[in-house]
Amino acid sequence: MSAQPVTLTPRALAWTRRRAALARFWREFRKDRRGMTGLIILAVMIAVALLAPVLANSRGLNPIYATAPANAGPTLRFPLGTDSDGRSVLTMLIWGARNSLIVGLTATLISIIIGALFGVVAGHFGSVRARAGRLTDNLLMRVADWFLVVPFLPLAMVLARTIGPSLGVIILVIGLTSWAGTARIVRAQALAVETRPYLERAKALGAGHWHQMYRHVLPNVMPLLLANTILTVAGTILAETTLSFLGLGDPIRPTWGQMLGAAYNYGVGTGNVVWLLAPGIAVILVVMAFTLVGHALEAVLDPKLRER
Amino acid sequence: MADVMLEGARAAAEERSGAGAARSSGLARTLSVKVMSAAITLFVVLVGNFFLFRVLPADPAKNLTHNSALSAKQLAAINRTFGLGLPLPQQFWNYLVQTFHGNLGRSFVNQLPVSQLIGQALWPTVLLVGTSTVLSTVIGVWIGIRGGWNRGSTFDKTSTAFVNVLYAMPDFWLGMVLLIALAGKLALFPDGGMHSFTGSGSGLASLGDLLWHLALPCIVLTLVYLAEYSLVMRSSLIDELKADYLLTARAKGLRDDLVRRRHAVPNALLPSVTLIMLNLGFVISGAITTETVFSWPGLGRLSYVALNAPDYPTLEGTFLLFSAAVIVANLIGDLLLTVFDPRVRQA
Repeated sequence: MSAQPVTLTPRALAWTRRRAALARFWREFRKDRRGMTGLIILAVMIAVALLAPVLANSRGLNPIYATAPANAGPTLRFPLGTDSDGRSVLTMLIWGARNSLIVGLTATLISIIIGALFGVVAGHFGSVRARAGRLTDNLLMRVADWFLVVPFLPLAMVLARTIGPSLGVIILVIGLTSWAGTARIVRAQALAVETRPYLERAKALGAGHWHQMYRHVLPNVMPLLLANTILTVAGTILAETTLSFLGLGDPIRPTWGQMLGAAYNYGVGTGNVVWLLAPGIAVILVVMAFTLVGHALEAVLDPKLRER
Repeated sequence: MADVMLEGARAAAEERSGAGAARSSGLARTLSVKVMSAAITLFVVLVGNFFLFRVLPADPAKNLTHNSALSAKQLAAINRTFGLGLPLPQQFWNYLVQTFHGNLGRSFVNQLPVSQLIGQALWPTVLLVGTSTVLSTVIGVWIGIRGGWNRGSTFDKTSTAFVNVLYAMPDFWLGMVLLIALAGKLALFPDGGMHSFTGSGSGLASLGDLLWHLALPCIVLTLVYLAEYSLVMRSSLIDELKADYLLTARAKGLRDDLVRRRHAVPNALLPSVTLIMLNLGFVISGAITTETVFSWPGLGRLSYVALNAPDYPTLEGTFLLFSAAVIVANLIGDLLLTVFDPRVRQA
């Protein structure tokens, strides 16, 4: 910070400030032992997911090439045993990491985008004095409340069944049914932001609704949104596991939930118990890791929570 | 931080100016608004059901007949019988009338009326979900109070870690692990169902048999539900710890456990109690997967079987019932909170 360049453009200045803020953020985050544990677990899982083609041949996913005995316990060649088709559970687990994380992250992205859009727009127009503004806010929040009240799993089951089960539909269904909580949180934060003087200044200078929302409200709800995103991933991965277990997944692209569903349907009790244990433990680890990181982020952003 | 306080102060000021004059009529109005909005929510579920199952499929008649090969004449006959050729508003009106008369159609699988199937499955689910909700509430709230009051103690640390693992655990996975460990090899518990096939005798023996079958699914649901209750109880107790009235209570010289029991816990209990009502949606997901794993003949298993058949009328009926149950439970929780806690009346 001491050695500033001589010519300062506003852009360079902004970046210096952002870098400093990020460094401060990281210093705070690093102090949280549980958050760091979660981050390390996540790093390992993401590495496994990215390196899946290197770690395990994707041919191992195809039952046609499986020659091993079915539903057999761990051996040297198959460290986690085999499933009912004679495929290596380890191979399935590694590729499952890839698919489970893809589903979790994409569904979260959809959920967060809808949630942020609803939250920011409702919060912004909710603070406007005009009657139409209040009406917009009310209408948007009624929609969010509907999704908040209607039970998630039955709704997702009905949607996935009537649209037709596949990985894409699962992603869409989870995304469409899980955004309401985010919208509520973002709206509350947006309402708080709306009372700040810089928004009054922006309005006085003639900023339109879009400019106010995009340049002022959104950046200020962003940190909260980030923590919420991380926590949402934990929920979407659990939701994917449940839906796939119930038989709504894509059989050609294994996820952890689908492995559990297959283990349930094709007699895990009579053979390889690891086939059931491994994906379950993987789900618990990932969900816990996302939860720990999310709570650590929240604590850094809101020191009031830190003493919990 | 300052903004949050500002926000709170503004809301409080509005509350004082608005609510003071007409408190009782304000309460009645808030309540009626809540009832109305629950009714609208339920209506939207009905509309959604109608569209998802009758309008969205390209050809509802084919959907209705399981996509079997039918002649054009037969399809036309089905369209006439089920009124599928009628204008949409007319169809929707018929659908509403039938639903409110309790006619939910017939199952594709066994041709029984869906309302009868639901009637048979209702009691097992109420038994399972009711027992585990009571158990998880009592245990969860107890853990939350003990951990929150002695924050940072060994009990607090171990219970928080334990609860966090439970929170991340898929309920059906826990069910399968327990099933294989305790029912499979050790044969301590039955491997599913609600009664023994061999006939369970009468009276007390039959009750014992039922409880024996209930044990494992009930343990699973209790463990999964208690995670959230204890986390909420713990954090709401911690929120109360710094309150002035606790300082007063201590200054009066009350013993520590009296301060906890008489002052802190009653105030911290409110969020947890309402959460139990608001949480029924989450409870229902647990019931669907756990009943599936343990072949418990309840609504959850009914909807799982309907999902995979696929048996659209049954799936539709269970969805409607689940939604109605959750909406009503939410409404009750909301109303209770509004009556008991004046602070939320304006929120």
